[in-house]
Amino acid sequence: MEEILELLENNSKLSEEQIAVMLGKTVEEVHETIKKFEDENVILGYNTLINWEKTGKEDVTALIELKVTPQRGEGFDKVAERIYRYPQVKACYLMSGGFDITVIVEGKTMKQVALFVAQKLAPLEHVLSTATHFVLKKYKDKGTIFEEKTKDDREAIIL
Amino acid sequence: MNMSEMISPTIKGIPPSGIRKFFDLVNEMKDAISLSIGEPDFVTPWNVREAGIYSLEKGHTHYSPNAGFMELRVEICKYLSRKYNVDYNPKNQVIVTVGGSEAIDIALRSLVSPGDEVIIPEPSYVSYKPCAILAGAKPVTLNLRVEDEFRLTPELLEKAITPKTKVLILPFPNNPTGAIMTKEDLDKIVDVLKDKNIVVLSDEIYAELTYGGKHISIASYPEMKDKTLMINGFSKSYAMTGWRLGYTCGHPDLIAAMYKIHQYAIMCSPTTAQYAAVEALKNSDSDIQMMNREYNRRRRVMVDGFRKIGLDCFEPLGAFYVFPCIKSTGLNSEQFCERLLSEEKVAIIPGTAFGECGEGFIRACYAYSTENIIEALKRVGKFVNSL
Repeated sequence: MEEILELLENNSKLSEEQIAVMLGKTVEEVHETIKKFEDENVILGYNTLINWEKTGKEDVTALIELKVTPQRGEGFDKVAERIYRYPQVKACYLMSGGFDITVIVEGKTMKQVALFVAQKLAPLEHVLSTATHFVLKKYKDKGTIFEEKTKDDREAIIL
Repeated sequence: MNMSEMISPTIKGIPPSGIRKFFDLVNEMKDAISLSIGEPDFVTPWNVREAGIYSLEKGHTHYSPNAGFMELRVEICKYLSRKYNVDYNPKNQVIVTVGGSEAIDIALRSLVSPGDEVIIPEPSYVSYKPCAILAGAKPVTLNLRVEDEFRLTPELLEKAITPKTKVLILPFPNNPTGAIMTKEDLDKIVDVLKDKNIVVLSDEIYAELTYGGKHISIASYPEMKDKTLMINGFSKSYAMTGWRLGYTCGHPDLIAAMYKIHQYAIMCSPTTAQYAAVEALKNSDSDIQMMNREYNRRRRVMVDGFRKIGLDCFEPLGAFYVFPCIKSTGLNSEQFCERLLSEEKVAIIPGTAFGECGEGFIRACYAYSTENIIEALKRVGKFVNSL
Protein backbone atom coordinates (compact mmCIF):
# COMPACT_ATOMS: atom_id res chain seq x y z
CA MET A 1 0.00 0.00 0.00
CA GLU A 2 3.00 2.27 -0.53
CA GLU A 3 1.11 3.64 -3.51
CA ILE A 4 -1.26 5.43 -1.13
CA LEU A 5 1.71 7.39 0.15
CA GLU A 6 2.80 8.30 -3.36
CA LEU A 7 -0.70 9.51 -4.17
CA LEU A 8 -1.03 11.57 -1.00
CA GLU A 9 2.44 12.98 -1.37
CA ASN A 10 1.41 14.45 -4.69
CA ASN A 11 -2.12 15.42 -3.75
CA SER A 12 -3.21 15.32 -0.13
CA LYS A 13 -6.68 16.54 -1.12
CA LEU A 14 -7.61 13.13 -2.51
CA SER A 15 -10.49 11.62 -0.60
CA GLU A 16 -10.43 8.06 0.72
CA GLU A 17 -13.16 7.23 -1.78
CA GLN A 18 -11.08 8.52 -4.69
CA ILE A 19 -7.99 6.67 -3.55
CA ALA A 20 -9.99 3.48 -3.17
CA VAL A 21 -11.21 3.72 -6.77
CA MET A 22 -7.77 4.56 -8.11
CA LEU A 23 -6.13 1.60 -6.42
CA GLY A 24 -8.96 -0.88 -6.77
CA LYS A 25 -9.33 -1.21 -2.96
CA THR A 26 -12.26 -0.76 -0.63
CA VAL A 27 -12.77 2.52 1.21
CA GLU A 28 -12.32 0.66 4.52
CA GLU A 29 -8.95 -0.74 3.45
CA VAL A 30 -7.78 2.72 2.44
CA HIS A 31 -9.09 4.28 5.63
CA GLU A 32 -7.35 1.69 7.79
CA THR A 33 -4.08 1.99 5.91
CA ILE A 34 -3.99 5.76 6.15
CA LYS A 35 -4.85 5.61 9.83
CA LYS A 36 -2.04 3.15 10.39
CA PHE A 37 0.42 5.38 8.56
CA GLU A 38 -0.71 8.33 10.65
CA ASP A 39 -0.44 6.41 13.91
CA GLU A 40 3.04 5.23 13.03
CA ASN A 41 4.15 8.74 12.06
CA VAL A 42 4.78 7.60 8.52
CA ILE A 43 2.35 10.30 7.45
CA LEU A 44 3.47 13.36 9.40
CA GLY A 45 1.12 15.95 8.03
CA TYR A 46 -0.76 17.30 5.04
CA ASN A 47 0.96 20.43 3.83
CA THR A 48 0.12 22.73 0.96
CA LEU A 49 2.75 24.00 -1.41
CA ILE A 50 2.25 27.74 -1.82
CA ASN A 51 3.96 30.19 -4.12
CA TRP A 52 3.98 33.03 -1.60
CA GLU A 53 5.63 35.35 -4.03
CA LYS A 54 2.38 35.57 -5.97
CA THR A 55 0.51 36.72 -2.87
CA GLY A 56 2.80 39.71 -2.47
CA LYS A 57 3.95 38.45 0.90
CA GLU A 58 7.61 39.36 1.37
CA ASP A 59 9.47 36.50 2.96
CA VAL A 60 13.07 35.49 2.76
CA THR A 61 14.55 32.04 2.88
CA ALA A 62 18.15 31.27 3.64
CA LEU A 63 20.23 28.14 3.48
CA ILE A 64 22.84 28.10 6.21
CA GLU A 65 25.85 25.82 6.26
CA LEU A 66 27.11 24.95 9.72
CA LYS A 67 30.37 23.38 10.69
CA VAL A 68 29.95 21.63 14.00
CA THR A 69 32.14 19.63 16.37
CA PRO A 70 30.41 16.34 17.05
CA GLN A 71 29.93 15.46 20.69
CA ARG A 72 31.07 12.27 22.28
CA GLY A 73 28.28 9.72 22.41
CA GLU A 74 25.78 11.97 20.72
CA GLY A 75 27.37 12.91 17.46
CA PHE A 76 25.52 15.80 15.89
CA ASP A 77 22.05 14.99 17.17
CA LYS A 78 22.13 17.12 20.30
CA VAL A 79 23.32 20.23 18.45
CA ALA A 80 20.84 19.60 15.67
CA GLU A 81 18.01 19.39 18.18
CA ARG A 82 18.91 22.74 19.70
CA ILE A 83 18.70 24.16 16.20
CA TYR A 84 15.61 22.53 14.76
CA ARG A 85 13.44 23.39 17.73
CA TYR A 86 13.40 27.03 16.62
CA PRO A 87 10.20 27.66 14.66
CA GLN A 88 12.11 29.84 12.19
CA VAL A 89 13.99 26.70 11.11
CA LYS A 90 11.97 25.06 8.38
CA ALA A 91 14.38 22.24 7.66
CA CYS A 92 17.53 20.81 9.18
CA TYR A 93 19.72 18.12 7.65
CA LEU A 94 22.91 16.35 8.64
CA MET A 95 25.23 16.47 5.64
CA SER A 96 28.15 14.64 4.15
CA GLY A 97 30.89 16.70 2.52
CA GLY A 98 32.41 20.07 3.27
CA PHE A 99 30.16 21.04 6.16
CA ASP A 100 27.99 19.26 8.68
CA ILE A 101 24.51 20.68 9.02
CA THR A 102 22.20 22.46 6.59
CA VAL A 103 19.61 24.73 8.13
CA ILE A 104 16.80 26.29 6.11
CA VAL A 105 15.54 29.40 7.83
CA GLU A 106 12.62 31.61 6.91
CA GLY A 107 12.11 35.15 8.11
CA LYS A 108 10.37 38.38 7.22
CA THR A 109 13.54 40.25 6.24
CA MET A 110 17.16 39.51 5.48
CA LYS A 111 18.08 41.36 8.62
CA GLN A 112 15.83 39.20 10.73
CA VAL A 113 17.38 36.03 9.33
CA ALA A 114 20.90 37.39 9.67
CA LEU A 115 20.26 38.30 13.29
CA PHE A 116 18.86 34.85 13.97
CA VAL A 117 22.07 33.34 12.64
CA ALA A 118 24.27 35.75 14.53
CA GLN A 119 22.40 35.56 17.80
CA LYS A 120 21.09 31.99 17.91
CA LEU A 121 23.09 29.71 15.64
CA ALA A 122 26.64 31.07 15.58
CA PRO A 123 27.04 31.32 19.36
CA LEU A 124 25.89 27.76 19.98
CA GLU A 125 28.46 25.64 21.69
CA HIS A 126 30.13 23.24 19.23
CA VAL A 127 29.19 25.38 16.21
CA LEU A 128 32.47 26.29 14.58
CA SER A 129 31.29 28.42 11.67
CA THR A 130 28.25 29.47 9.66
CA ALA A 131 27.79 30.50 6.04
CA THR A 132 24.47 32.05 5.09
CA HIS A 133 23.09 31.91 1.53
CA PHE A 134 19.85 33.74 0.73
CA VAL A 135 17.41 32.27 -1.75
CA LEU A 136 16.72 34.74 -4.55
CA LYS A 137 14.17 32.81 -6.54
CA LYS A 138 12.46 29.47 -6.20
CA TYR A 139 12.20 27.59 -9.49
CA LYS A 140 11.09 24.28 -8.12
CA ASP A 141 10.19 22.98 -4.70
CA LYS A 142 8.92 19.62 -3.46
CA GLY A 143 9.07 18.33 -7.03
CA THR A 144 6.84 21.10 -8.35
CA ILE A 145 8.00 23.61 -10.94
CA PHE A 146 6.60 27.01 -9.96
CA GLU A 147 6.06 28.54 -13.37
CA GLU A 148 5.08 25.40 -15.27
CA LYS A 149 2.23 25.71 -17.68
CA THR A 150 -0.45 23.27 -16.66
CA LYS A 151 -2.97 23.86 -19.40
CA ASP A 152 -3.67 20.94 -21.70
CA ASP A 153 -3.26 22.54 -25.11
CA ARG A 154 -3.32 19.44 -27.28
CA GLU A 155 -5.46 19.88 -30.36
CA ALA A 156 -8.06 17.40 -31.44
CA ILE A 157 -6.79 15.33 -34.32
CA ILE A 158 -8.48 12.65 -36.31
CA LEU A 159 -6.40 9.94 -34.81
CA MET B 1 -8.71 21.30 -65.86
CA ASN B 2 -11.15 19.74 -63.47
CA MET B 3 -8.84 18.70 -60.66
CA SER B 4 -11.42 16.48 -59.08
CA GLU B 5 -11.40 14.30 -62.21
CA MET B 6 -7.65 13.96 -61.94
CA ILE B 7 -7.79 12.28 -58.55
CA SER B 8 -7.22 8.55 -58.57
CA PRO B 9 -10.37 6.46 -58.28
CA THR B 10 -8.74 4.43 -55.51
CA ILE B 11 -8.39 7.53 -53.37
CA LYS B 12 -11.89 8.65 -54.26
CA GLY B 13 -13.09 5.25 -53.15
CA ILE B 14 -11.75 5.78 -49.65
CA PRO B 15 -14.42 7.54 -47.64
CA PRO B 16 -13.29 10.58 -45.66
CA SER B 17 -13.34 10.03 -41.94
CA GLY B 18 -16.94 9.87 -40.80
CA ILE B 19 -16.19 11.87 -37.70
CA ARG B 20 -14.47 14.76 -39.42
CA LYS B 21 -17.52 16.94 -38.87
CA PHE B 22 -17.53 15.98 -35.23
CA PHE B 23 -13.89 16.93 -34.85
CA ASP B 24 -14.40 20.26 -36.58
CA LEU B 25 -17.03 20.94 -33.97
CA VAL B 26 -14.70 19.93 -31.13
CA ASN B 27 -11.96 22.20 -32.38
CA GLU B 28 -14.34 25.14 -32.68
CA MET B 29 -15.60 24.66 -29.15
CA LYS B 30 -12.65 26.01 -27.23
CA ASP B 31 -14.02 25.43 -23.75
CA ALA B 32 -15.07 21.83 -24.29
CA ILE B 33 -13.59 19.14 -22.06
CA SER B 34 -12.13 16.37 -24.09
CA LEU B 35 -11.65 12.66 -23.59
CA SER B 36 -11.10 12.27 -27.29
CA ILE B 37 -7.41 12.59 -28.10
CA GLY B 38 -5.62 9.28 -28.40
CA GLU B 39 -2.19 10.30 -27.21
CA PRO B 40 -0.39 10.56 -23.85
CA ASP B 41 -0.97 13.79 -21.97
CA PHE B 42 2.49 13.38 -20.43
CA VAL B 43 5.29 15.39 -21.96
CA THR B 44 8.27 13.34 -23.17
CA PRO B 45 10.56 12.65 -20.16
CA TRP B 46 13.11 15.43 -19.76
CA ASN B 47 16.20 13.26 -20.19
CA VAL B 48 14.82 12.20 -23.58
CA ARG B 49 14.01 15.75 -24.65
CA GLU B 50 17.43 16.85 -23.44
CA ALA B 51 19.12 14.18 -25.56
CA GLY B 52 17.26 15.52 -28.61
CA ILE B 53 18.24 19.09 -27.80
CA TYR B 54 21.86 18.07 -27.25
CA SER B 55 21.98 16.34 -30.62
CA LEU B 56 20.79 19.58 -32.24
CA GLU B 57 23.40 21.59 -30.37
CA LYS B 58 26.06 19.23 -31.63
CA GLY B 59 24.84 19.82 -35.15
CA HIS B 60 23.49 16.32 -35.78
CA THR B 61 21.05 17.62 -38.33
CA HIS B 62 21.75 15.29 -41.25
CA TYR B 63 20.11 12.19 -42.65
CA SER B 64 20.61 8.98 -40.76
CA PRO B 65 21.21 5.61 -42.44
CA ASN B 66 17.98 4.56 -44.18
CA ALA B 67 17.07 1.89 -41.66
CA GLY B 68 17.97 4.15 -38.74
CA PHE B 69 21.15 4.58 -36.71
CA MET B 70 22.72 1.25 -35.86
CA GLU B 71 23.01 2.30 -32.21
CA LEU B 72 19.26 2.79 -32.08
CA ARG B 73 18.52 -0.50 -33.85
CA VAL B 74 20.79 -2.29 -31.40
CA GLU B 75 18.98 -0.69 -28.46
CA ILE B 76 15.60 -1.60 -29.96
CA CYS B 77 16.66 -5.23 -30.24
CA LYS B 78 17.95 -5.28 -26.67
CA TYR B 79 14.69 -3.76 -25.47
CA LEU B 80 12.52 -6.29 -27.34
CA SER B 81 14.64 -9.11 -26.02
CA ARG B 82 14.49 -8.01 -22.38
CA LYS B 83 10.82 -7.00 -22.41
CA TYR B 84 9.10 -9.42 -24.75
CA ASN B 85 11.55 -12.22 -25.19
CA VAL B 86 11.91 -11.80 -28.94
CA ASP B 87 15.34 -11.65 -30.54
CA TYR B 88 16.00 -9.80 -33.78
CA ASN B 89 19.17 -9.02 -35.66
CA PRO B 90 19.66 -5.25 -35.78
CA LYS B 91 21.49 -5.58 -39.11
CA ASN B 92 18.70 -6.97 -41.25
CA GLN B 93 15.55 -7.32 -39.19
CA VAL B 94 14.76 -3.78 -38.07
CA ILE B 95 13.65 -0.56 -39.77
CA VAL B 96 13.17 2.64 -37.81
CA THR B 97 10.03 4.21 -39.25
CA VAL B 98 8.15 7.47 -39.12
CA GLY B 99 5.79 6.35 -36.40
CA GLY B 100 4.07 2.99 -36.34
CA SER B 101 1.86 4.37 -39.11
CA GLU B 102 4.57 4.22 -41.74
CA ALA B 103 5.29 0.63 -40.78
CA ILE B 104 1.64 -0.33 -41.31
CA ASP B 105 1.66 1.29 -44.73
CA ILE B 106 4.92 -0.14 -46.05
CA ALA B 107 4.18 -3.57 -44.60
CA LEU B 108 0.90 -3.84 -46.45
CA ARG B 109 2.39 -2.44 -49.64
CA SER B 110 5.20 -4.98 -49.43
CA LEU B 111 2.92 -7.92 -48.88
CA VAL B 112 -0.30 -7.71 -50.82
CA SER B 113 -1.16 -8.05 -54.49
CA PRO B 114 -4.55 -7.12 -55.95
CA GLY B 115 -7.22 -9.44 -54.65
CA ASP B 116 -5.29 -10.55 -51.58
CA GLU B 117 -7.32 -10.36 -48.43
CA VAL B 118 -6.27 -8.58 -45.27
CA ILE B 119 -8.21 -9.51 -42.16
CA ILE B 120 -8.86 -6.49 -39.98
CA PRO B 121 -10.47 -7.10 -36.60
CA GLU B 122 -12.77 -4.21 -35.70
CA PRO B 123 -13.31 -1.99 -33.81
CA SER B 124 -9.76 -0.89 -34.42
CA TYR B 125 -7.44 1.94 -35.31
CA VAL B 126 -8.62 3.83 -38.36
CA SER B 127 -5.57 3.40 -40.62
CA TYR B 128 -5.57 -0.32 -41.35
CA LYS B 129 -8.42 -0.38 -43.80
CA PRO B 130 -7.38 2.61 -45.95
CA CYS B 131 -3.77 1.39 -45.99
CA ALA B 132 -4.95 -2.05 -47.12
CA ILE B 133 -7.07 -0.50 -49.86
CA LEU B 134 -4.22 1.74 -50.98
CA ALA B 135 -2.01 -1.33 -51.21
CA GLY B 136 -4.57 -2.94 -53.50
CA ALA B 137 -5.83 -5.48 -51.01
CA LYS B 138 -9.36 -6.44 -50.17
CA PRO B 139 -9.94 -5.59 -46.52
CA VAL B 140 -11.95 -8.24 -44.71
CA THR B 141 -13.52 -6.92 -41.56
CA LEU B 142 -13.83 -9.24 -38.60
CA ASN B 143 -16.27 -8.01 -35.98
CA LEU B 144 -15.01 -8.48 -32.44
CA ARG B 145 -17.67 -8.92 -29.78
CA VAL B 146 -18.20 -7.33 -26.41
CA GLU B 147 -19.05 -10.75 -24.95
CA ASP B 148 -15.46 -11.78 -25.71
CA GLU B 149 -14.28 -8.48 -24.25
CA PHE B 150 -13.25 -7.61 -27.81
CA ARG B 151 -10.54 -10.26 -27.92
CA LEU B 152 -9.85 -12.17 -31.11
CA THR B 153 -11.17 -15.71 -30.79
CA PRO B 154 -10.09 -18.70 -32.90
CA GLU B 155 -13.69 -19.21 -34.07
CA LEU B 156 -14.00 -15.69 -35.42
CA LEU B 157 -10.58 -15.95 -37.03
CA GLU B 158 -11.28 -19.32 -38.71
CA LYS B 159 -14.46 -17.92 -40.19
CA ALA B 160 -12.65 -14.94 -41.70
CA ILE B 161 -9.81 -16.93 -43.27
CA THR B 162 -10.13 -17.83 -46.97
CA PRO B 163 -7.58 -19.19 -49.46
CA LYS B 164 -6.94 -15.57 -50.40
CA THR B 165 -6.03 -14.39 -46.93
CA LYS B 166 -2.54 -12.93 -46.96
CA VAL B 167 -2.34 -10.83 -43.82
CA LEU B 168 -3.95 -10.74 -40.41
CA ILE B 169 -3.78 -7.46 -38.52
CA LEU B 170 -3.43 -8.16 -34.81
CA PRO B 171 -3.95 -4.85 -33.01
CA PHE B 172 -3.50 -5.55 -29.31
CA PRO B 173 -3.51 -3.89 -26.80
CA ASN B 174 -6.33 -2.37 -28.76
CA ASN B 175 -7.33 1.11 -29.70
CA PRO B 176 -10.26 1.86 -29.22
CA THR B 177 -11.49 -0.93 -26.92
CA GLY B 178 -8.57 -1.29 -24.51
CA ALA B 179 -8.76 -5.06 -25.03
CA ILE B 180 -5.67 -7.21 -24.65
CA MET B 181 -4.76 -10.75 -25.66
CA THR B 182 -3.56 -12.94 -22.81
CA LYS B 183 -1.24 -15.88 -23.31
CA GLU B 184 -4.24 -18.26 -23.29
CA ASP B 185 -5.97 -16.17 -25.97
CA LEU B 186 -2.85 -16.08 -28.11
CA ASP B 187 -2.20 -19.83 -27.73
CA LYS B 188 -5.48 -20.51 -29.51
CA ILE B 189 -4.78 -17.99 -32.25
CA VAL B 190 -1.33 -19.49 -32.78
CA ASP B 191 -2.94 -22.93 -33.15
CA VAL B 192 -5.05 -21.58 -36.00
CA LEU B 193 -2.21 -19.78 -37.72
CA LYS B 194 0.86 -21.93 -37.27
CA ASP B 195 0.38 -24.05 -40.39
CA LYS B 196 -1.03 -21.32 -42.60
CA ASN B 197 0.68 -18.98 -45.00
CA ILE B 198 -0.63 -15.85 -43.39
CA VAL B 199 1.56 -13.00 -42.23
CA VAL B 200 0.59 -11.52 -38.90
CA LEU B 201 0.98 -7.78 -38.72
CA SER B 202 1.16 -7.37 -34.97
CA ASP B 203 0.64 -3.73 -34.01
CA GLU B 204 2.04 -3.56 -30.49
CA ILE B 205 2.31 0.19 -30.13
CA TYR B 206 0.51 0.02 -26.75
CA ALA B 207 2.61 -2.90 -25.46
CA GLU B 208 3.90 -0.94 -22.46
CA LEU B 209 0.36 -0.05 -21.44
CA THR B 210 -1.13 -3.17 -19.95
CA TYR B 211 -2.55 -3.40 -16.48
CA GLY B 212 -2.49 -6.56 -14.47
CA GLY B 213 -0.20 -8.59 -16.67
CA LYS B 214 2.69 -8.14 -19.04
CA HIS B 215 2.03 -7.83 -22.75
CA ILE B 216 2.80 -11.00 -24.69
CA SER B 217 3.96 -10.67 -28.26
CA ILE B 218 2.83 -13.26 -30.77
CA ALA B 219 6.37 -13.03 -32.16
CA SER B 220 7.62 -14.67 -28.97
CA TYR B 221 6.09 -17.98 -30.15
CA PRO B 222 8.93 -19.71 -32.03
CA GLU B 223 6.50 -21.12 -34.62
CA MET B 224 5.15 -17.60 -35.27
CA LYS B 225 8.26 -15.49 -35.19
CA ASP B 226 9.11 -15.66 -38.89
CA LYS B 227 5.49 -15.11 -39.91
CA THR B 228 5.03 -12.10 -37.69
CA LEU B 229 5.88 -8.53 -38.46
CA MET B 230 6.08 -6.65 -35.22
CA ILE B 231 5.21 -2.97 -35.22
CA ASN B 232 6.04 -0.82 -32.24
CA GLY B 233 7.26 2.66 -31.50
CA PHE B 234 7.98 5.41 -29.05
CA SER B 235 4.75 7.41 -29.25
CA LYS B 236 2.69 5.72 -26.58
CA SER B 237 5.32 4.06 -24.38
CA TYR B 238 7.57 7.11 -23.99
CA ALA B 239 4.99 9.85 -24.66
CA MET B 240 6.75 10.80 -27.89
CA THR B 241 3.88 11.13 -30.38
CA GLY B 242 5.14 14.35 -31.94
CA TRP B 243 8.63 12.99 -32.57
CA ARG B 244 7.18 10.56 -35.12
CA LEU B 245 9.27 7.53 -34.41
CA GLY B 246 8.35 3.88 -34.65
CA TYR B 247 9.99 0.66 -35.72
CA THR B 248 9.19 -2.63 -37.28
CA CYS B 249 10.92 -6.00 -36.97
CA GLY B 250 10.48 -9.25 -38.78
CA HIS B 251 11.75 -11.79 -41.30
CA PRO B 252 14.79 -10.43 -43.20
CA ASP B 253 13.08 -10.94 -46.59
CA LEU B 254 10.04 -8.92 -45.59
CA ILE B 255 12.20 -6.25 -43.96
CA ALA B 256 14.29 -6.04 -47.16
CA ALA B 257 11.14 -5.48 -49.21
CA MET B 258 9.82 -2.85 -46.83
CA TYR B 259 13.24 -1.24 -46.77
CA LYS B 260 12.91 -0.53 -50.49
CA ILE B 261 9.70 1.45 -50.01
CA HIS B 262 11.03 3.17 -46.90
CA GLN B 263 14.21 4.14 -48.70
CA TYR B 264 12.49 5.57 -51.76
CA ALA B 265 9.43 7.10 -50.17
CA ILE B 266 10.73 8.27 -46.79
CA MET B 267 14.54 8.15 -46.94
CA CYS B 268 15.00 7.96 -43.18
CA SER B 269 13.26 8.79 -39.93
CA PRO B 270 13.88 12.09 -38.15
CA THR B 271 17.45 12.20 -36.86
CA THR B 272 16.76 14.25 -33.72
CA ALA B 273 14.05 11.82 -32.71
CA GLN B 274 16.42 8.91 -33.16
CA TYR B 275 18.99 10.41 -30.79
CA ALA B 276 16.25 11.01 -28.25
CA ALA B 277 14.97 7.47 -28.67
CA VAL B 278 18.35 5.96 -27.83
CA GLU B 279 18.25 7.81 -24.52
CA ALA B 280 14.66 6.67 -23.97
CA LEU B 281 15.54 3.01 -24.46
CA LYS B 282 18.63 3.22 -22.29
CA ASN B 283 17.40 5.27 -19.36
CA SER B 284 13.64 5.65 -19.19
CA ASP B 285 12.29 2.39 -17.86
CA SER B 286 11.31 4.17 -14.64
CA ASP B 287 9.36 6.80 -16.58
CA ILE B 288 7.44 4.07 -18.37
CA GLN B 289 6.62 2.54 -15.03
CA MET B 290 5.52 5.85 -13.56
CA MET B 291 3.22 6.59 -16.51
CA ASN B 292 1.82 3.08 -16.49
CA ARG B 293 0.89 3.35 -12.82
CA GLU B 294 -0.70 6.73 -13.34
CA TYR B 295 -2.73 5.50 -16.33
CA ASN B 296 -3.83 2.51 -14.32
CA ARG B 297 -5.25 4.71 -11.57
CA ARG B 298 -7.06 6.89 -14.07
CA ARG B 299 -8.35 3.78 -15.79
CA ARG B 300 -9.96 2.63 -12.58
CA VAL B 301 -11.45 6.06 -11.98
CA MET B 302 -12.95 6.04 -15.44
CA VAL B 303 -14.32 2.50 -15.45
CA ASP B 304 -15.81 3.12 -12.01
CA GLY B 305 -17.27 6.42 -13.19
CA PHE B 306 -19.01 4.99 -16.25
CA ARG B 307 -20.37 2.06 -14.26
CA LYS B 308 -21.74 4.39 -11.60
CA ILE B 309 -23.45 6.38 -14.33
CA GLY B 310 -25.12 3.12 -15.30
CA LEU B 311 -23.30 2.45 -18.56
CA ASP B 312 -22.02 -1.09 -19.11
CA CYS B 313 -18.28 -1.09 -19.28
CA PHE B 314 -16.11 -4.19 -19.51
CA GLU B 315 -12.76 -3.86 -17.80
CA PRO B 316 -10.19 -2.83 -20.39
CA LEU B 317 -6.70 -4.03 -19.48
CA GLY B 318 -4.63 -2.25 -22.09
CA ALA B 319 -3.88 1.00 -23.94
CA PHE B 320 -5.57 4.09 -22.45
CA TYR B 321 -9.16 3.73 -23.56
CA VAL B 322 -12.39 2.55 -22.09
CA PHE B 323 -15.18 1.49 -24.39
CA PRO B 324 -18.48 1.79 -22.55
CA CYS B 325 -21.75 0.64 -24.08
CA ILE B 326 -24.39 3.35 -24.48
CA LYS B 327 -27.18 1.20 -25.93
CA SER B 328 -29.22 1.59 -22.73
CA THR B 329 -29.63 5.30 -23.47
CA GLY B 330 -31.58 4.61 -26.64
CA LEU B 331 -29.24 6.80 -28.65
CA ASN B 332 -26.81 5.63 -31.28
CA SER B 333 -23.12 6.39 -30.87
CA GLU B 334 -23.04 9.49 -33.02
CA GLN B 335 -26.21 10.96 -31.54
CA PHE B 336 -24.88 10.31 -28.06
CA CYS B 337 -21.55 11.99 -28.76
CA GLU B 338 -22.99 14.93 -30.69
CA ARG B 339 -25.56 15.66 -28.02
CA LEU B 340 -23.02 15.19 -25.24
CA LEU B 341 -20.79 17.69 -26.96
CA SER B 342 -23.46 20.30 -27.57
CA GLU B 343 -25.31 19.88 -24.25
CA GLU B 344 -22.48 19.25 -21.81
CA LYS B 345 -19.43 20.23 -23.84
CA VAL B 346 -17.62 16.94 -23.46
CA ALA B 347 -15.91 15.41 -26.47
CA ILE B 348 -15.91 11.61 -26.61
CA ILE B 349 -15.54 9.64 -29.83
CA PRO B 350 -18.39 7.54 -31.19
CA GLY B 351 -17.44 3.86 -31.44
CA THR B 352 -18.52 3.85 -35.08
CA ALA B 353 -15.39 5.82 -35.94
CA PHE B 354 -13.54 2.52 -35.50
CA GLY B 355 -15.79 0.31 -37.57
CA GLU B 356 -19.49 -0.37 -37.91
CA CYS B 357 -19.43 -2.86 -35.07
CA GLY B 358 -18.48 0.03 -32.77
CA GLU B 359 -22.13 1.08 -32.92
CA GLY B 360 -23.57 1.32 -29.44
CA PHE B 361 -20.21 2.16 -27.89
CA ILE B 362 -18.09 5.23 -27.26
CA ARG B 363 -14.36 5.57 -26.85
CA ALA B 364 -13.19 7.60 -23.88
CA CYS B 365 -9.48 8.16 -23.44
CA TYR B 366 -7.93 8.47 -20.00
CA ALA B 367 -4.70 10.09 -21.11
CA TYR B 368 -5.98 13.18 -19.34
CA SER B 369 -5.49 14.62 -15.89
CA THR B 370 -7.60 13.03 -13.16
CA GLU B 371 -9.36 16.36 -12.54
CA ASN B 372 -10.28 16.51 -16.20
CA ILE B 373 -11.56 12.93 -16.12
CA ILE B 374 -13.64 13.49 -12.99
CA GLU B 375 -15.21 16.67 -14.38
CA ALA B 376 -15.95 14.97 -17.71
CA LEU B 377 -17.56 12.00 -15.95
CA LYS B 378 -19.70 14.35 -13.89
CA ARG B 379 -20.99 15.94 -17.06
CA VAL B 380 -21.58 12.60 -18.78
CA GLY B 381 -23.57 11.54 -15.73
CA LYS B 382 -25.68 14.68 -15.90
CA PHE B 383 -26.26 14.12 -19.60
CA VAL B 384 -27.26 10.46 -19.23
CA ASN B 385 -29.61 11.30 -16.38
CA SER B 386 -31.29 13.97 -18.48
CA LEU B 387 -32.22 11.48 -21.21
